[in-house]
Amino acid sequence: MNLILFTFIVLLGFTSYYFGRRKAYTIQSTNKRLTALPQFYGYYLAIWCAIPAFIIFSLWAIFEPTIVKLLILSDYSNQGYLDDELNLIYEKTKALSRGQFTGEITPFIEASAEKYLSLRSIAQSSKAVIVLSIIIASVAYAYKKISSNSRTREPVEKFLKAVLFTASLAAILTTVGIVFSLIFQTIDFFKVIPLFDFVFGTHWYPAKAFVRDSSEALDPTMYSDTFGAVPIFAGTFFIAFIAMCVAIPIGLMSGIYLAEYASVKVRQYAKPLIEILAGIPTVVYGFFAALTVGPFLKEIGNSMGLDVSAESALAAGGVMGIMIIPFISSLSDDVITSVPQSLRDGSYAMGATKSETIKKVIFPAALPGIVGSILLGVSRAIGETMIVVMASGLAANLTLNPLESTSTITAQIVVILIGDQAFGDPKTQAAFALGMSLFLVTLCLNIVALRVVKKYREKYE
Amino acid sequence: MNKNKEQLLNKRYKAEKRFRLYGQSAIFMALLFLTIFIFKIFSTGYSAFQKTWLIVPVTFDAELMMLDQNPSKEDLKDADYYDIALKSMADLDPNANEDQENELKRMVSYFFEREIKRELLNDPSLIGKTKDVYLTASDDLDQVFKGNYPRDLPEDQRRVTDYQLKIFDQLVELGKVESKFNLSFFTYPDSREAELAGIASSFMGSIFSILVCLMIAFPVAVLAAIYLEEFAPKNRFTDFIEVNINNLAAVPSIVFGLLGLGILLAVFQLPRSTPLVGGITLSLMTLPTIIIACRASLKAVPPSIREAALAMGASKMQTTMHHTVPLSMPGTLSGTIIGLAQALGETAPLILIGMVAFVNTIPGSPLDPAASLPVQIYIWAESAERGFVEKVSACIMVLLGFLIIMNLFAQIIRHKFEKKWS
Repeated sequence: MNLILFTFIVLLGFTSYYFGRRKAYTIQSTNKRLTALPQFYGYYLAIWCAIPAFIIFSLWAIFEPTIVKLLILSDYSNQGYLDDELNLIYEKTKALSRGQFTGEITPFIEASAEKYLSLRSIAQSSKAVIVLSIIIASVAYAYKKISSNSRTREPVEKFLKAVLFTASLAAILTTVGIVFSLIFQTIDFFKVIPLFDFVFGTHWYPAKAFVRDSSEALDPTMYSDTFGAVPIFAGTFFIAFIAMCVAIPIGLMSGIYLAEYASVKVRQYAKPLIEILAGIPTVVYGFFAALTVGPFLKEIGNSMGLDVSAESALAAGGVMGIMIIPFISSLSDDVITSVPQSLRDGSYAMGATKSETIKKVIFPAALPGIVGSILLGVSRAIGETMIVVMASGLAANLTLNPLESTSTITAQIVVILIGDQAFGDPKTQAAFALGMSLFLVTLCLNIVALRVVKKYREKYE
Repeated sequence: MNKNKEQLLNKRYKAEKRFRLYGQSAIFMALLFLTIFIFKIFSTGYSAFQKTWLIVPVTFDAELMMLDQNPSKEDLKDADYYDIALKSMADLDPNANEDQENELKRMVSYFFEREIKRELLNDPSLIGKTKDVYLTASDDLDQVFKGNYPRDLPEDQRRVTDYQLKIFDQLVELGKVESKFNLSFFTYPDSREAELAGIASSFMGSIFSILVCLMIAFPVAVLAAIYLEEFAPKNRFTDFIEVNINNLAAVPSIVFGLLGLGILLAVFQLPRSTPLVGGITLSLMTLPTIIIACRASLKAVPPSIREAALAMGASKMQTTMHHTVPLSMPGTLSGTIIGLAQALGETAPLILIGMVAFVNTIPGSPLDPAASLPVQIYIWAESAERGFVEKVSACIMVLLGFLIIMNLFAQIIRHKFEKKWS
């Protein structure tokens, strides 16, 4: 139904475009000067067709369900039902009308379902009538307006500009969406668990919160020692640290080599090859870490008499480091290449060797940019999910031994939210609270890193 | 004094050489990782493209199938195939006792009677006759045949019994075991049985998600980029938008998953586990990538083009839409493809919005529950059966293949169509 209506409106739009343009030609044929190119007359009419349709469709989408619900539930209003029960009745009605109802069908619900269907069809047909009549009215009005050869280009362009502006708000909307999706659950979570316990508690056993019987009242004391996030935060930074131990030396040295030493030919092949590492999906790294690196480390450890977990922090962190190499190498390569040649020439003229120039002149000059690239790498390591989920443990141990398994913020979010979630459960809310802390930490890192890199660019450009 | 100087110089030259060596070994290490990686994936994955079949003589006994004389097509469809299927497996060893018959049955795939049924439906005249039928071997025997399964383990530690191995070896000797190209890996949906699991369902899920992502992200991102690059006044608000875009590009993907869960599923009540929600979530992630690429290529269009159009009397909007934007399209498109390639490999946000559900049907629209290729990799990697290991690697090969094609395509567009202004 909606689809038919939609196609009809699109067709109407095209017709009004055609009429608008034809109007322009008739004006032209009376030897009057047009105020804009003919197609603008067409666009003008088409916009007058699209805007009212859009407004009515959105109004309908917002208000129709509420009004239908009110009408259906008005039958039950004097029977002393609670709000929750009324909602349940409404859900049952909807399910029955779609034919997806399983369970006992009472005559009341059946009657409501019939009423629901008839209301829906009334709503649909009245929507069609209203949309079509308003569109025709507005197009007729606009048609009359262009007959007097009034301006059409300016309003059309203004409309386009408004569309462009709205699109650019998408980025802000996404950020707002992220904050909104996280903040309410997080606030609810901290109503049950004190912030202090979350930030400084050292025991993380969210599975314990799952045992709760839903009929029992929430008892905050039973959650003490359940949601202490210290092991999670420690594990996150520990694994990120291991990753950076792999990524910084290799990434930085390859960046320096590519920028300063490599011949054009080596650079031409090595750079894209290293960047392939950045294009490999993280789930593939996770599989690699879990299938190859983990058992390999375990075997080596066992042969040396060490007790290595097959899901060690070392395996996850090491593979994560490989993943981050290209981020650091290409960013530092860019940064080093943009150091002005005059600095190098000056150093060579003083008799310094190439490596001395790099270490004593170029590196200090490029340091802010390199620090920025490293910070971006750290932010990526902290936010990385699949490698940790697949290759590191899921139990939150508070340990600094890289051979044991640890868990991270991202892994815990996945563990908690995989499968069905019950909103309102402290366990689910805990995942959102972790998400919030992850978002804040990476946000700070990103802002600092981007600012450092930007400052550096401005210095030399 | 002179000697001292020479020593110092030598030391400096040595340091120079060492430093150079560090750089070379860093590059070498990075490339070594890449090579090991690719080698490991290919060496475990290539065998998944072959599938082992047992050739078993099946007697289509009308009585056992509960068929009347001259059965119609409908009768054939409803007939009971389990008994003849069971009997034909048991007949492989005439002396088998009841336990051994059970073991024989487990040498082929879980749905082996369907393969027998298909054979008869293709050729109804087979009733009462005996014919050699290709039956999918169980995943354990499949692995044994490919040599991935250690036969020297003690019997209680492997899933294949000595008896099954004995019969299997006899079949191999008789030439009744064949390895053929594994077409079902591409045409079957996911399954709990490794020998029947395929990537068709997750592949379609990926395609739908990417299409939804493209349809949302591309127009919005291009329009936003046009506004920011060509029309936006330089003020606090535009700076704010810019900071937002740059930040979003670096927000961890799992946060977008939380957004999808908390807003799209909880507030807007969109259907769980569907490519629609997955695509919307991915589009929010790809948005900044495309905006940044599009802005960069709009910036690369020289001002002379704009000035010429304005001088001819075009309005600002006409200049942008007729000249600047078309010229920036190659860069934008290649940026879009790279963004989509990233989205194609994304796993974590899709897990959070429920695209890990076990789906054993091939989705027909973005509103059907589905997995995606990377999520399929995750699901299979988590299951314990040996048969899934090679499937994971094969799935990775398919995914990497797609990523390589997309990236090559982006390169080609960039090199072929982008104008070099000098």
